[in-house]
Amino acid sequence: MSSIEERVKKIVAEQLGVKEDEVQTEASFVEDLGADSLDTVELVMALEEEFETEIPDEEAEKITTVKLAIDYITENLA
Amino acid sequence: MIGRRVVVTGLGMVSPLGLDVDTTWSNIVAGKSGAAPIEAFDVSAYSTRFSASVKNFSATPYLSEKDARKMDIFVQFGMVAGIQAMEDSGLEVTEHNAPRIGCAIGSGIGGIGQIEKNSEIVAKFGPRKISPFFVPGSIINMISGNLSVKFNLQGPNLAVVTACTSGTHNIGLGARLIALGDADAMLVGGAEMATTPVGLGGFAAARALSTRNDDPAGASRPWDRDRDGFVLGDGAGVMMLEEYESAKARGARIYAELVGFGMSGDAYHMTLPPEDGRGAATAMRNAINDSGLNPDVVDYINAHGTSTVAGDLAESRAIETVLGDAASGVAVSSTKSMIGHLLGAAGAVEAIFSVLAIRDQVAPPTINLDNPDEGCNLNYVPNTAQERRIRCALSNSFGFGGTNGSLLFSELG
Repeated sequence: MSSIEERVKKIVAEQLGVKEDEVQTEASFVEDLGADSLDTVELVMALEEEFETEIPDEEAEKITTVKLAIDYITENLA
Repeated sequence: MIGRRVVVTGLGMVSPLGLDVDTTWSNIVAGKSGAAPIEAFDVSAYSTRFSASVKNFSATPYLSEKDARKMDIFVQFGMVAGIQAMEDSGLEVTEHNAPRIGCAIGSGIGGIGQIEKNSEIVAKFGPRKISPFFVPGSIINMISGNLSVKFNLQGPNLAVVTACTSGTHNIGLGARLIALGDADAMLVGGAEMATTPVGLGGFAAARALSTRNDDPAGASRPWDRDRDGFVLGDGAGVMMLEEYESAKARGARIYAELVGFGMSGDAYHMTLPPEDGRGAATAMRNAINDSGLNPDVVDYINAHGTSTVAGDLAESRAIETVLGDAASGVAVSSTKSMIGHLLGAAGAVEAIFSVLAIRDQVAPPTINLDNPDEGCNLNYVPNTAQERRIRCALSNSFGFGGTNGSLLFSELG
């Protein structure tokens, strides 16, 4: 089983149509990876599916970088 | 046409017989069929189990994987046809001309595949699982919208929705915008992808489809006595229309001139045409009158000719009414015999075939026409293309709701 970090980065790459090695931990979805607001909504849905969880909307809005996504998943699934 | 002259300078197409204009057209002239059994979903419970679907389609390299994923297939078809038409025209979009270039590309049904998929998601998983791209990926005006974003087209941005006349109306009304001065160039046409579980089932329920399941290639047989309904087709057609003087000034290749456009409403029945085809006749007559030409310059008619019992006969009668004695000299064919009925894209791909008939001086055939039905007395170009003089070509579309449109193209005079 891959680590949470690897799984998050893979999902981000797939959803945003970028190469996995471009998905740096500190990258911002909008500023660095070319996402728009609808892309980020869909990205959170993809993370929910991958990790079989539900991320409340008020939490989802705060997940704006790869690191914040990894942290959220780690804290809430560990 | 009233106002400024309008010419065709670019063509693009995705069809059951090819992923571009050249491939499709050579198959059309050769009389091939694009119909085949449906394999995309389980059709065992359906009365019709075949269609004329697009084969081996991929939106890349025209669109990125990421962008394509956000669009229903009908939008992807329209985007690919639109990009092809844009490239084929050689029109360069600049800061100066961008506000004068627009889009009018419609569909009859729209993103029914996405509607079905997201309906299932809601039923199974609840509303939180609906994709944020469901609405912008499935509404009908998104081909015009996405093309405007891709090419910076800041002129009129429309999508006329009139069932099976959508493609024809978008072309005709787009031409009007150029003629009357709202725009100098327009990407116009239609796209459709309704071969889905609900789409197929809906047309089958309306008893509109052929059920010749043992012979898909022989199922679309306009004017033949054994016709039993239309064959559902998918795809898209887009053409670039330009104001004549500006097209000439930039040295554009001009395929043909759009010299006439006519419309009418049957005011008769939800789905059936009046037996005498009077609505169809009015649309054709209006298109010819709009051109200021005599009816006898029409050498080829790309008929609506869907292979339904009532529609084919009504259209044939309407042609006789409008052309009078000249009707016996005109070549009338239905390319739907080969690619099926593309609904909101039908008028668009058929307008392109009409333009190419003028360019190549050839009338494409009506295949599967073995025994013309009683009352069907015209030259329907049975089974083999006819090389002939074609000065003007008329393209007809008629839709549910009794909505009719005719386009008249001419070689450049």
